[in-house]
Amino acid sequence: MIEVEHLSKQFVVRRGRFRRERHVVEAVRDITFRVRGGELLGYLGPNGAGKSTTIKMLTGILVPSSGRVSVAGLDPSKRRIELAKRIGAMFGQRVQLWWDLPLIDSFELLRHIYKVPADRYRTSLARFREVLDLDPFLHTPVRQLSLGQRIRGELTASMLHEPELLFLDEPTIGLDVVAKQRVRDFLVEINRERGVTVLLTTHDLGDIERLCKRLLVIDQGSLIWDGRIDELRERYGGERTLIVDLEEPAPPLQIDGARVERVDGPRQWLRFRGPAAELTARVASAARLVDLQITEPDIEEIVRRIYQA
Amino acid sequence: MVDSVVLWRRLVGAQIRSQLQYRTSFVLDACSAFLISFIDFLAVLVIFHNTQRLGAWSIREVAFLYAMSSISFALTDLLVGHFDQFPQKIRDGNFDILLVRPRGTLFQVIGSDFQLRRLGKALQGVFVLVYVIGSLAIPWDAGRIAMVVVMIPAAIVIFASVWTIGSCLSFWTTDGGEFTNAFTYGGNFLAQYPIDIFSSWLRRFLAYIVPLAFVCYFPALYILDKPDPLGLPRALEFSSPLVAVAGVCVAGLVWRFAVRHYRSAGG
Repeated sequence: MIEVEHLSKQFVVRRGRFRRERHVVEAVRDITFRVRGGELLGYLGPNGAGKSTTIKMLTGILVPSSGRVSVAGLDPSKRRIELAKRIGAMFGQRVQLWWDLPLIDSFELLRHIYKVPADRYRTSLARFREVLDLDPFLHTPVRQLSLGQRIRGELTASMLHEPELLFLDEPTIGLDVVAKQRVRDFLVEINRERGVTVLLTTHDLGDIERLCKRLLVIDQGSLIWDGRIDELRERYGGERTLIVDLEEPAPPLQIDGARVERVDGPRQWLRFRGPAAELTARVASAARLVDLQITEPDIEEIVRRIYQA
Repeated sequence: MVDSVVLWRRLVGAQIRSQLQYRTSFVLDACSAFLISFIDFLAVLVIFHNTQRLGAWSIREVAFLYAMSSISFALTDLLVGHFDQFPQKIRDGNFDILLVRPRGTLFQVIGSDFQLRRLGKALQGVFVLVYVIGSLAIPWDAGRIAMVVVMIPAAIVIFASVWTIGSCLSFWTTDGGEFTNAFTYGGNFLAQYPIDIFSSWLRRFLAYIVPLAFVCYFPALYILDKPDPLGLPRALEFSSPLVAVAGVCVAGLVWRFAVRHYRSAGG
């Protein structure tokens, strides 16, 4: 569905007031990856890492400096209009709906812009109204919608023409927990039920953890990870944490294969690698346990480690 | 093409409907647009009050130029006046949205806004025109009527092409608004006067580079049956539609070139 080979994008920036110097900023450098149809993958990176620049090259907004891009078999910057019919895009910080018009009017206009046949438009709108619960504000002007309502409208707007590929740039930014969950459920639905390929950029690791199996990580313009999330965990976040509650406060436990990271009264945090069963047995023989739990390294910490590596 | 016109009407229609929902505000806006442009006209009256002729032109003939240019420019403003906000669209990256839709970008920018209140500006030109036609005693025959019917759309297209090309500048400068205004609003000002009153370099500029002389000056020579004070070929009097077509082509090419240099905004 997406093929990217040695893709780069440079911007020329002129600095200085009198003697203008040319600086070349490499926003994206030599990126290569492939996405198969039906995947739902996450694209992650700190601010300014080149996420949005990549998406913009994939959607035909920006012309690449070098390298090859093929999306749905088309070169995005050369065949932008053809490609636009087959992809959907939503940018969390841009508004594609008509600000002063009722939401339903925006949908109507988009139907004509994309030339969606009337019957297909009706059935597809009916589904979005149900899944995203649009009816309470369908006739409200967009400027009066809450952020969560607007994002639901934006998602519908980018899906009305039934694209096979959906680009989402920070779709959950600024949303509350309930609204976030609704958006996530929706994405899972369109991916599973309709087989839409979804490429998602986000800062929200919760999105990634709940939605994506595969993850691309970009930092300073270069792709530094392309693989499954559980592999990423193994590779960068091998250590798990065993939290034990002892009967009474004790000095840090001395256990083979684990080290105590933190002590708080009777509770101790032990970092370890490998299977938990043996370690638990060893801890139980060294001290009297009331309770215990094991936590996986959270993805946020893993990502922090990758960025620092 | 037909399809695009239908879509443009839908885009504009939806916006007009929403503007008319606030009746009072709409009427006030339209009236103030009319008043502001009327004050503009008062300034011209002051000049006329102190002089009877402007070069080879009588005051009424100049008023005819003024009216035709004002009407054409006001209608252009109605169609593409929102290009003034275009640099903002470039700066904040909202142009992205238009690029992921399966339609031409220039078409989408033109259809992205429509302020019906701007019609108020055209009224002023209509008043002047009615007065001038009453006092000039033009022998209206089929040719002259046809010329008026053709010259206004041609003038709109010429103005709109200048506006489009000027707006392309913002793809590089992110804010070239004032420079563009010199050619659009400034262009309207120049087109309201006969070009033979300007110095020769400015005349050549208006005839051959930014072709504003084709907005009113040349067609008006035909309608008023005046010999060209500059002695230029008579064929120029009928060239406005050709210049308009050329203008559209140049604007389209410049636009296409500019869009490939779009850099978007971070986000």
